[in-house]
Amino acid sequence: MARSQPVAPGSETGPVAGAVDEMVDAPQRVTPAEHEVPRVRARRPFNFRRWFFATGWRHIVGVIMVAFALLPIVFVISSSLNPRGTLTGSNALFSAIGLDSYVRILTDPQVPYPTWFANTILISSITAIGTVFLGALAAYSFSRMRFTGRRVGLISIVVVQMFPQLLAVVAIFLLMSAVGDWFPAIGLNTQVGLIMVYLGGALGVNTYLMYGFFNTVPASIDEAAKIDGAGHARIFFTIILRLTAPILAVVALLSFIFTVNEFVVASVLLIDTDKQTLAVGLTKLVSNPRYADWSAFSAGAVMAALPVVALFLFLQKYIVGGLTAGAVK
Amino acid sequence: MSIMMDDEVTAASPQRPTKRQRQAANIADAASGGIKMLLVKLVLLGILDAIAVYAVFILFSGGQWLVAAIVALVAAIVNWIYFSRRKLPAKYLAPGVIFLVIFQVFVLVYTGYIAFTNYGTGHNGSKEQAVSSLLASSLERVEDSPTFPVTVVDQFGTLGLLVTDPDGDAFIGTSDSPLDQVDAEMEGGKAVAVDGWTTLSFADVIARTDEITALAVPFSDDPNDGALRTPDGSSAYQYISTLEYDDAAGTITDLDTGTVYSDIGTGAFTSADGDELLPGWQITVGFDNFVRAVTDERLAGPLVYVTLWTFAFALISVASTFFLGLFLAIVFNDMRMRGRRYYRVLMILPYAIPSFLSALIWAGMMNESFGFINQVLLGGASVPWLTDPWVAKLSVLIVNLWLGFPYMFLVTTGALQSIPDDITEAATVDGAKPWAVFRLIKLPLLLVSVAPLLIASFAFNFNNFNVIYMLTDGGPRDSSAPIPVGFTDILISMVYKVAFTGQSRDYGLASAYSIIIFIVIAVISIIAFRRTKSLEELN
Repeated sequence: MARSQPVAPGSETGPVAGAVDEMVDAPQRVTPAEHEVPRVRARRPFNFRRWFFATGWRHIVGVIMVAFALLPIVFVISSSLNPRGTLTGSNALFSAIGLDSYVRILTDPQVPYPTWFANTILISSITAIGTVFLGALAAYSFSRMRFTGRRVGLISIVVVQMFPQLLAVVAIFLLMSAVGDWFPAIGLNTQVGLIMVYLGGALGVNTYLMYGFFNTVPASIDEAAKIDGAGHARIFFTIILRLTAPILAVVALLSFIFTVNEFVVASVLLIDTDKQTLAVGLTKLVSNPRYADWSAFSAGAVMAALPVVALFLFLQKYIVGGLTAGAVK
Repeated sequence: MSIMMDDEVTAASPQRPTKRQRQAANIADAASGGIKMLLVKLVLLGILDAIAVYAVFILFSGGQWLVAAIVALVAAIVNWIYFSRRKLPAKYLAPGVIFLVIFQVFVLVYTGYIAFTNYGTGHNGSKEQAVSSLLASSLERVEDSPTFPVTVVDQFGTLGLLVTDPDGDAFIGTSDSPLDQVDAEMEGGKAVAVDGWTTLSFADVIARTDEITALAVPFSDDPNDGALRTPDGSSAYQYISTLEYDDAAGTITDLDTGTVYSDIGTGAFTSADGDELLPGWQITVGFDNFVRAVTDERLAGPLVYVTLWTFAFALISVASTFFLGLFLAIVFNDMRMRGRRYYRVLMILPYAIPSFLSALIWAGMMNESFGFINQVLLGGASVPWLTDPWVAKLSVLIVNLWLGFPYMFLVTTGALQSIPDDITEAATVDGAKPWAVFRLIKLPLLLVSVAPLLIASFAFNFNNFNVIYMLTDGGPRDSSAPIPVGFTDILISMVYKVAFTGQSRDYGLASAYSIIIFIVIAVISIIAFRRTKSLEELN
């Protein structure tokens, strides 16, 4: 999930996850062929042609791709540091350095950026925790219990999550406005309502990920705990949840990033500007033709992206592994 | 511990536990759960039941019998599950399943229902609501109407008029309830106060002028009798609608022009000339939305090019990100190359940034007059990146390539490294050239492991709303279409725009478009499951 392509469940991608991690360590490994001839090679004089055709061109590709990848990032950082406001003023990269735009976006009375930021963190965190909790409960029962309808349940979870909620956004809107007529606290234009809608997607690919991981925890641990007198709830909360903490963190993170990025449902359900998330608020802000403060927007974008990028890079090994680990049984 | 768990552990043993064993298991289970656990469970269930009782009460008093009954039933089932000793799997599944059923399954089914209605702007409520709102919106003051002395009264925030009729009798009514005779406190032939209502002071009347002048109190249950309105809060006049509703014939007549509007089953009162009185009401229209989407020329054109572009966008996005990712994976999968880690981290960055932000930033950079690409990279060119139908499509693909290639780079790198070296070595020994090794050995092996990811990526891009909406907003706008649709819209962004933007919202048509997406995704999923056989592997 997340903003990444969702993973087809049951796919044969187990080795992929492990191999990506390996890539980092790969340079230390020496293939047998190279091992036999290092001295001969070392004595050979440096030949540019040979170097170029062996690895040099790879650096050229690398530099071009890094430039492509970094272009918008450098641009947005530069324009966020530019004290002048407009889009044209941002074109000369790093021509002026200042934090004025950050101050502007944080203090502009017309743009409740800090509120959006807080809303996003709040909604995404609660959704992430709720998703992990609901998903883990379901995954536990699928992994540890045998009951009628178990197979059907697993299949329907896989099938239902093929149809993302945004397809039903019209119905979600009408449902929530009807709910709001009777219970204004959880209906249209409430963040509680939005979180509830998001939790409707909690049993999806995430459950499947956790199910796969729970299956790797040996049942003998449960049995030992049971003999010692632990009930099913205690086994779940104190043993299973502790042992599977890494996958829970990955699911929470994926859910968090997905919610930060979610625009369709949030824009339809949250009407008041003060209740909106960053995705809704910033998009409506720049699409307003009268708003011309590009560098203030850039400052907002940089601040909004930083926590997500930091979390992602910090945990990228686990995320990439987690994206494909659900299939490993 | 419960029977279910025991079953799992001794799955091989066929005999079911005896009654005594079950009792023993129950006792053990009860003994193992602490008193704290029980308290937490009781408190949570208590809160849930309190909320359910409150909800049922509200719905019941509002006349929503069916919904109230469903809420009560669900609450009862939840209580039964958690107080029962036997329903162990249900205890773990219930919370997630409840949310899943309401916000995923129900809304999908409900979308299917809306697709068969005319729900949208002008068709929001029931027929009665439409009639009263039509009549109320065409009220006109009756010439030479008698003057009714009134007092404005308030009950829990609801404004009412306390009216004295020419005979000296007092009546009270609000915008919802017609005039009803009451015993009121009279002062100088004018009713000034009544039990249960607060009389507004002069200052209150001034403060709530807008509310008071908008207040129209119906004379009787028959909307044709008109209503009383007060311009100043002290005297009221009779207003009668210029429309007359004939309940028996189900028609509305415009008294000024004499035009008769009748209910011809289209969800609005329609004259013989075809003029509609709006608001109308909500009805089911069968396959009308689908028929309209396909046969109405102004709608069929956009539907065709949007559908084609959706497929093209998804396919080209998958292909371009995959081949660029694969190319990079091959380039950087060479042990001799130094600094690969740094390239890798930098190239993953686009994947880490929330995509809505990336798309918005790209939109700024691609601005035709002021953007970085035209002004700096192309030295002042004016390429219409986002405003020309074809160039905008190219821009969308470029941005989506930027967003998607790191993911493909990561997965193809992993897949390449998982191919055993001895296979390629064997091929080399047999005299295969590097290109042949790649094309005939590595690529097929690679495709086996990444094919499911490619299908998932296709399904994701098929509904990749953020890129389209944040970058081009679907534009440039197709001005010949009656719905707000543009040349880079994909199906899901068209659904969103038809339902939630523009002058009139058409939920029915938008849902009909959603159904088309359902069908496409269902077909893709079936193919995907067939190919990966993942469902058979479930156990």
